[in-house]
Amino acid sequence: MQSDLATNNKQKNNFEKVLEILKTMALKPSGFIGLSILIFHILLALMSPYIAPYDYKAISPNTMLLAPSAEHWFGTDSLGRDVFTRTILGGRTALTVTFFGSLIALLWGGLLGIFCGLVGGKIDDVVMRVVDAFLSIPWILAMLLIVSLLGTSTQVLIPALGFFYGKGIVRVARAATHDVIAKDFIVSARARGHSNMSIIWNEIIPNVRDAILVEGAMRWSWMLLGFSSLSFLGFGVSPPTPDWGLMISNARGLMSFAYWSVIAPIVGLSSLIIGINLTADAFAKALGIDRSTKAPV
Amino acid sequence: MNEIIESVKNLSIGFNSQTGKQISILRNVTTNIKKGETVGIVGESGSGKSTLALAMMGYIKQGLFALEGECIFKSEDLLKMNSRQLEKIRGRKIAMIPQNAGQALTPNLKIGYQIDEALKLHTDLNKNERDNKISELLNKVRLPSPETMAFRYPHELSGGQQQRVAVAMALAGKPDLLLLDEPTTGLDVTTQAHVLELLRFIAKDTGTSMIYVSHDLGAIAQVSDRIVVMYAGEIVLEGPARKILKEPIHPYTFGLLKSIPKLSLTGLPDSMPGSQPQPGSISDGCSFYERCNLASDKCKNNSPELEYLNNLDTSVRCFNHKDLIQENKLHHSTITRKDTVQKNNNVLNLKDVSITYAKQKFFDQLLNKISDENPTVKDINLDINKGETIALVGESGSGKSTILKSIAGLLKTKDGQIKFINERILSSDLKLRDPNDLRAIQLIFQNPDESLNPNHTVEQILTQPLKLYFNLTGNELKKNIIDLLKKVRLGEFYMSRYPRQLSGGEKQRVAVARAFAAKPDIILCDEVTSALDVSVQAAVLNLLQKLKEDLGTTYIFVSHDLAVVRAISDRVAVLYQGRLCEIGPSQNVYNYPSHPYTEVLLGAVLEPDPDIKPKLVAEDIVEEKPPEKGCSFQGRCPRKLGDICNKEVPPWQIGENGNAIRCHIKINELKNLQNV
Repeated sequence: MQSDLATNNKQKNNFEKVLEILKTMALKPSGFIGLSILIFHILLALMSPYIAPYDYKAISPNTMLLAPSAEHWFGTDSLGRDVFTRTILGGRTALTVTFFGSLIALLWGGLLGIFCGLVGGKIDDVVMRVVDAFLSIPWILAMLLIVSLLGTSTQVLIPALGFFYGKGIVRVARAATHDVIAKDFIVSARARGHSNMSIIWNEIIPNVRDAILVEGAMRWSWMLLGFSSLSFLGFGVSPPTPDWGLMISNARGLMSFAYWSVIAPIVGLSSLIIGINLTADAFAKALGIDRSTKAPV
Repeated sequence: MNEIIESVKNLSIGFNSQTGKQISILRNVTTNIKKGETVGIVGESGSGKSTLALAMMGYIKQGLFALEGECIFKSEDLLKMNSRQLEKIRGRKIAMIPQNAGQALTPNLKIGYQIDEALKLHTDLNKNERDNKISELLNKVRLPSPETMAFRYPHELSGGQQQRVAVAMALAGKPDLLLLDEPTTGLDVTTQAHVLELLRFIAKDTGTSMIYVSHDLGAIAQVSDRIVVMYAGEIVLEGPARKILKEPIHPYTFGLLKSIPKLSLTGLPDSMPGSQPQPGSISDGCSFYERCNLASDKCKNNSPELEYLNNLDTSVRCFNHKDLIQENKLHHSTITRKDTVQKNNNVLNLKDVSITYAKQKFFDQLLNKISDENPTVKDINLDINKGETIALVGESGSGKSTILKSIAGLLKTKDGQIKFINERILSSDLKLRDPNDLRAIQLIFQNPDESLNPNHTVEQILTQPLKLYFNLTGNELKKNIIDLLKKVRLGEFYMSRYPRQLSGGEKQRVAVARAFAAKPDIILCDEVTSALDVSVQAAVLNLLQKLKEDLGTTYIFVSHDLAVVRAISDRVAVLYQGRLCEIGPSQNVYNYPSHPYTEVLLGAVLEPDPDIKPKLVAEDIVEEKPPEKGCSFQGRCPRKLGDICNKEVPPWQIGENGNAIRCHIKINELKNLQNV
């Protein structure tokens, strides 16, 4: 109510709108922290190849399991590789794979959900039962099957993750569409004789976009956790490429006496997930969708 | 009688905007509520009337806070109390009756249990005494068979009955002050009249003071002893109800009363220009300056104080009220409508139309037919002429919107035909209709908040039909949009606005413009003014009439408000439970003899005049399904003859002035009965 009154009567272009949303997010402490962590991770992922002090795959028997020092900030691992180097490089694959994975999840989940919500009836029933059936399959088993059949390349991981994390988005998009669909402006468009595609594009998407984007942002953090679990199990990134899940998996046996080799990737992974979560929540609040009071499904 | 029970002193309530400015939505409100008195607080949406009423029970909505002033109830300031102290007062000394009782009652608890809860909290009675008290209370609010009523769940009651239960609960604590926030707004006309009658009885019977908040001057007029008129967060006029309604001495109240359509008058009411200023945009001068036709330079720069006039017992906030006192009596002038009806030039023809909401059974699906012996809407025959405004009138559930939907193609008909110009049959399936037919029939909806896409600018909204039907682009498109906006009297700069930046009236104008963008032959208006404030309603009605006169459009106008219908329509069709009861030229339908249902409806209309009391001729029972045999109105008819009404569908009888009535009673007999 407050924001509508007498203040911003000027029409804003999209860029200004995005800027304003970012500003609203950054004004809240949690949003500021979340955004800072996320931006820090993205910058790090972009620049890490240039700032890494050592070669990530350089093995040396002389430097095995060294404690943190001025030369090796985070110590070294059981093969004598620099943990700091591997940690700052370790988020690159995870971030790229899950970012594009979430985009795919958003696209197919969102569009299918909107379509089902709009047409309703039998098509909706059938599609939703299929989605329910997929939801009942433990995703990690299905992922393991796909990965062991098709390999662990990014070309396989991105669509596979995108598919499995899109199922939930279908439900959210469908529910959001149901909220809009009963409104008179949709009835009005129907009575005018617009086609389904035109109704989806012009009338529905602008109104459900926010809800789906927020859901997509949440899925991103879950997918990150999922991807790291795959790596942890040895089905994600193949060695010697540095990856947090893989690093945790390799070093977990040494935790009792070389804790540093596990702590660094754990901090990396959890801070990124926390960052995305906080950002998604702040994003939702800035858009006026409060996740704490309204469940999306 | 003169003991003051609650007094509000210099109260201002506001909030901090995002830019850090302090914006007040109530400004320096001072008023007193006396013992046993009913005070009506009236104002348009956004005038601060609900905020004031809630503050009177010590409640301020989240985000708002009291900037200054106090609310003194029995020598204690409610606004300074903590929640413990307030708990002792609320329900026991000040009780509230909410707008929507259906939502205020807990759905999974029986009525009796919920009243018992209130009694446990606020009285010291034991179990037996409480049980007696519950049936006593249910009896008092005139609910049928109070013993069994206590064991029912809220959803088993009708809207009117739920509202009565809410009244009973509020009375449980024997409060000194009863707060009613739009208690009859969502109810049907007949139910509304009954509930108001009950409230008036209770006020007399128990001697409780009441604060009645409403936007509806008709309802306020029925219950209030004194009226407070709010505008833009200020009290602009306060005084005895009769004086305020008959001889208003503030130009806003004057204009407001003039813009309400009256049953006794044909033609459109005068409208007030402009709209209420938004909180935060109020200048130094009088808040009504922009819309006032008495305004002088003095009003622009100085804000008038609330001035108490001893001889009239009235407080008024206006420099020029003396001019209005001299003008003395409120006389209603109306704008005569031009007759645009082209007789014998049918544009739409409904023949034996029946519509059902029943789901197809499996075998029917295979045979592609719908079997429902008792459809929601049955045997509707209507011939609509070009340039005519035909109104469909009835309470909720009378099938009026259903008929509109099937004309628009949104709902399939079960039987019957809808014929368009040149006897062409319109398919009842939207997808099979010719795009040109879709263009020719346009809809305007009740609530512009829902009918305009909140994420589209006005330009985008108007582009939709222009692009779809005429394939306009570029400069031509823009020119057309500006033309359309001009037609509905909005400036070019509205193009870049979003619906949330417009007032209710402006939004509805955009919706009207969108309908006219298609250059339609017929416009279906579904309760187009019922979500609007009265002053805006008159302006929209005038606009619709003007457009019709200029463009020769035909309107099918659905409304539950008989006064509005009288003002705008050439012909009226009265519906009950999806069956036509009466149809005829509007002036005849509003005169007797009429169908008993029309009689009930006319009797229940609330006029903003303390001398015109509603006539309650029938009970406000709500029937869920139309009767299978006989007359549709048999269940509630005050003039029921007997068995014949239950068994045979009454015949059409044509009266002397051309209105057709469907009743078993002979038309002359009806005339005699209703003249008494």
